[in-house]
Amino acid sequence: MHIKIDRDSCIGAGQCALTAPGVFTQDDDGFSEVLPGREDGGGDPLLREAARACPVGAITVSDG
Amino acid sequence: MTEPVAFPQDRTCPYHPPTAYEPMARPLSRVALFDGREVWVVTGHSVARELLVDQRLSSERDRHGFPIPSARFAGIRDRSAALLGVDDPKHNTQRRLLIPSFTLKRTAALRPQIQQTVDRLLDAMVAQGPPAELVSAFALPVPSMVICALLGVPYEDHDFFEAQSRRLLRGPEAADTLDARDQLEAYFGTLIDRKQKEPGDGLLDELIHEQLREGTVDRAELVSLATILLVAGHETTANMISLGTFTLLRHPERLAELRTEPALIPTAVEELLRFLSIADGLLRVATEDIEIAGTTIRADDGVVFSTSVINRDANAFTEPDTLDWHRSARHHLAFGFGIHQCLGQNLARAEMEIALRTLFERLPGLSLAAPADEIPFKPGDTVQGMLELPVTW
Repeated sequence: MHIKIDRDSCIGAGQCALTAPGVFTQDDDGFSEVLPGREDGGGDPLLREAARACPVGAITVSDG
Repeated sequence: MTEPVAFPQDRTCPYHPPTAYEPMARPLSRVALFDGREVWVVTGHSVARELLVDQRLSSERDRHGFPIPSARFAGIRDRSAALLGVDDPKHNTQRRLLIPSFTLKRTAALRPQIQQTVDRLLDAMVAQGPPAELVSAFALPVPSMVICALLGVPYEDHDFFEAQSRRLLRGPEAADTLDARDQLEAYFGTLIDRKQKEPGDGLLDELIHEQLREGTVDRAELVSLATILLVAGHETTANMISLGTFTLLRHPERLAELRTEPALIPTAVEELLRFLSIADGLLRVATEDIEIAGTTIRADDGVVFSTSVINRDANAFTEPDTLDWHRSARHHLAFGFGIHQCLGQNLARAEMEIALRTLFERLPGLSLAAPADEIPFKPGDTVQGMLELPVTW
């Protein structure tokens, strides 16, 4: 899995970190960030739900 | 063609969408506003998600064609409110000033303080009662104290700003709404002057000493932001606490389930947010033609999102009219969606979890002190919730 976060559109709602706290966090400015070592999603079943929860579609999850 | 349903309307039961909304078709329908104008109403979950991220829908209230839900609202169209009444890129600049203060981490750090506030208010209520009026004794002061501490607004001014917030959101006349906004803005003007001389340690102080000084925001913008944060920060959560309590007391089996299994409380809060959808009627205007769901929303058409109806869409939630702690309700649109999704949602979740859990732990015998159908709730043209909630224990 490959996770891409568009920080220009991120609004800091924190929905990704709330939905999949094992993959996402918020940095001090409130922007979405992938946790170190989880760049491939770590097989988290909540990964796609977290991307879908983003209110501005800032997270793209792709295979490979 | 059937006659368009009037929008907004009062709820029949405070925790269900108005029965008058039942004829509205999904995912899109037409409604008639108070002034007779017809606009689109979005009722389907998936179309709502799509439209709420569509930048061709504007939130600028002074734009031609913007839907006016009530006579009261007409009075405040002259200048758009910061944050919720502006589009990107301006919205983005304003929101980014605020998001560091509302992250999950910052919210989690506030939990002990929220717990302490809740405990003290319940101590005072228990010492005085029973009975008690839960809105004034608990549901309103919890979020009001929390947002005051976060912003750096003196809580001793709460009688003033709570009364003005009520007038801002409920009128009853357009003149009340306008005057309430002016009074709140004047209050913040004075507070900002004072804080420039005697800095405190709230979010407002940070904004004054960093952003205002650097010119990232101007004074009028800061006053508008402060007003919105204060009003949105206490009225909405207060309604969720009062209406959430009422709903739980009317669903004793669901309440018993929470008592047996307190670990369900976070999902219960999410389900209550969906079920109650207290901010019902998000407003937008189309700036261009939009093809959606086999129809065309024309430029200048008004669009309202009925979150209470959207959050009961059976395509998104199985048995939507049933309160169920075991469903995953997090994709509800009670906080909106798109760039304007509620900034304070994580704070609101923390406040609701702590308030509801502690209330029912401390007062296991809590019950209504008046017949349920005689307890007054808010009219349809404002944030939904209980006007009063007489309880005993």
